[in-house]
Amino acid sequence: MRNTLAIAGRELRLYFSTPSSYVIIAVFLFVCGYGFGWSRTTYLETSLQGFLGWGAFFLLFLGPALTMRLLAEEEKLGTIELLLTAPVRDVEVVIGKYLAGLGVVSIMLALTLYYPVLLAWFGDPDWGPIAGGYLGLFLLGAVFLSMGLFASSLTSSQIAAYMVGSALVLSIWFVGHAAAALGDTAADFLRRISVSTYFPAFGQGVLDSNAVVYYVSIICVFIFLTVRSLESRRWR
Amino acid sequence: MICLYTQPVLAGAADAWVTLIEAKHLTKYYGRFPAIEDVSFNAGRGEIVGFLGPNGAGKTTTMRILAGFMPPSSGTARVAGFDLLSQSLEARRHIGYLPETVPLYRDMTVRSYLRFAATIRGLEGSRRNHRIKDVISLCRIEDYARTQIAKLSKGYRQLVGIAQAMVHEPQVLILDEPTIGIDPRQVVQIRQLIQQLGREHTIILSSHILPEVSMICKRVMVMDGGKVVAVDYPENLLKGLEKVQRIEIEAKGPPEQAIQKLQQIDGVQSVTAVNTNETILFRVECAPGRDFRGELADTIVRSGLTLLGLKAREMSLEDIFLKLTIKKQE
Repeated sequence: MRNTLAIAGRELRLYFSTPSSYVIIAVFLFVCGYGFGWSRTTYLETSLQGFLGWGAFFLLFLGPALTMRLLAEEEKLGTIELLLTAPVRDVEVVIGKYLAGLGVVSIMLALTLYYPVLLAWFGDPDWGPIAGGYLGLFLLGAVFLSMGLFASSLTSSQIAAYMVGSALVLSIWFVGHAAAALGDTAADFLRRISVSTYFPAFGQGVLDSNAVVYYVSIICVFIFLTVRSLESRRWR
Repeated sequence: MICLYTQPVLAGAADAWVTLIEAKHLTKYYGRFPAIEDVSFNAGRGEIVGFLGPNGAGKTTTMRILAGFMPPSSGTARVAGFDLLSQSLEARRHIGYLPETVPLYRDMTVRSYLRFAATIRGLEGSRRNHRIKDVISLCRIEDYARTQIAKLSKGYRQLVGIAQAMVHEPQVLILDEPTIGIDPRQVVQIRQLIQQLGREHTIILSSHILPEVSMICKRVMVMDGGKVVAVDYPENLLKGLEKVQRIEIEAKGPPEQAIQKLQQIDGVQSVTAVNTNETILFRVECAPGRDFRGELADTIVRSGLTLLGLKAREMSLEDIFLKLTIKKQE
């Protein structure tokens, strides 16, 4: 546990000591601010629908971007030798890195908390969908980070990690949209495995246990795969 | 070349020999290519073992296995009594490792990097702070403790690398090319540091700088083509390989008669003479086991030459190394 936190802490400090993180956060806030400020739902329904849509869209790019460096860079600079020869389990390394990514996403989401404050100031929002929406965005970010981290464990090139991560994230998001072109059974299956199918329910304040279980399962699978991939480096 | 061999300290009966590194039949394949084959050796407490060998000999692979970075394809290794495969975490607690490329996070300061290295090795609280202070002063990097690692020169990065390897007081230190690519003054500093550490730690270091190994290490393991060619004390290696004595004589005068007379001495195998400006350099090879110097000097003088100098040329570690690695290739 202490090892995990030490690794997560180091990564978090690194995130906030490089200008690129601030650029990413600024762009995120710009995109979300646009979604919040220019969406009719904000004014007509005093809801966060506009923000949630744009936020989810941005996370598709953010997930792989935040995680691409985490393991690929260690491999490239040889610092992986420090981590893998320290008395630290591979799973502690992976979870530490993952927590750092989650930390950044949490901070970014926290920076948008003034939207609901504005809504409450000028209107009377329904708090269920707002809380659900934030949980949904957080879980969605967590899913994308786990996929991006796995991609980062496969290569020593950050660009390659970003590409692979994006491919994973985009396919699991958009696979439901391909459903329309297919027969009933296949379409139903594709809709069920697509994370985008479950996302809108969060924003409506419906806490669907299927959705939470599905998101958490994907996270566990990719964390497991990342640990395996890291272990396999030792054997290569 | 002057070779300063440190005499092996043969421990008394009470001072028991403790084996800290025990490698048995280590073999590692990269794909179908064997990087090392059947590497076995032991190292005891307070011993400095030097790995010598040309590039691609398998030194780094052997060290990576011993550091717990990767498992061997076959064979076993124990460090500080723990099996590297089945008790990997325990074994790793007792190992400090400096890889060939120093594993530094460029964005961190020296102190925060050492703090991170200490934490993941299980140190905490005041002990961690003490150890960080200790290694910083031991490696003489006090002036750079607050400097970002990216701004350090190669030599200081190497020192920071050594500092991280020993921050948790490991029983075994594995240093892969610790003095490569740094300026001569710091090389001297690092060598002194290693010798100092060698009193308490078991150290394995690799190098292809031969004088360095003969200076620092008590024992030498010569590797070539993934195999161990020899493991021994440098002076034993010398004895085993020295088939001839080489003696060089510098003299003045006509060489013809001297060559003839030198060749007649019993035990002299060959004589060559080289004219250098006004003097002549004789290279005489004699059978081992007897001191020929007096006899040779007499012969030179009796042949009417002026003797200017005479010295027995000892086989250096360099010669041993070349001999061992070339013999294998034949």
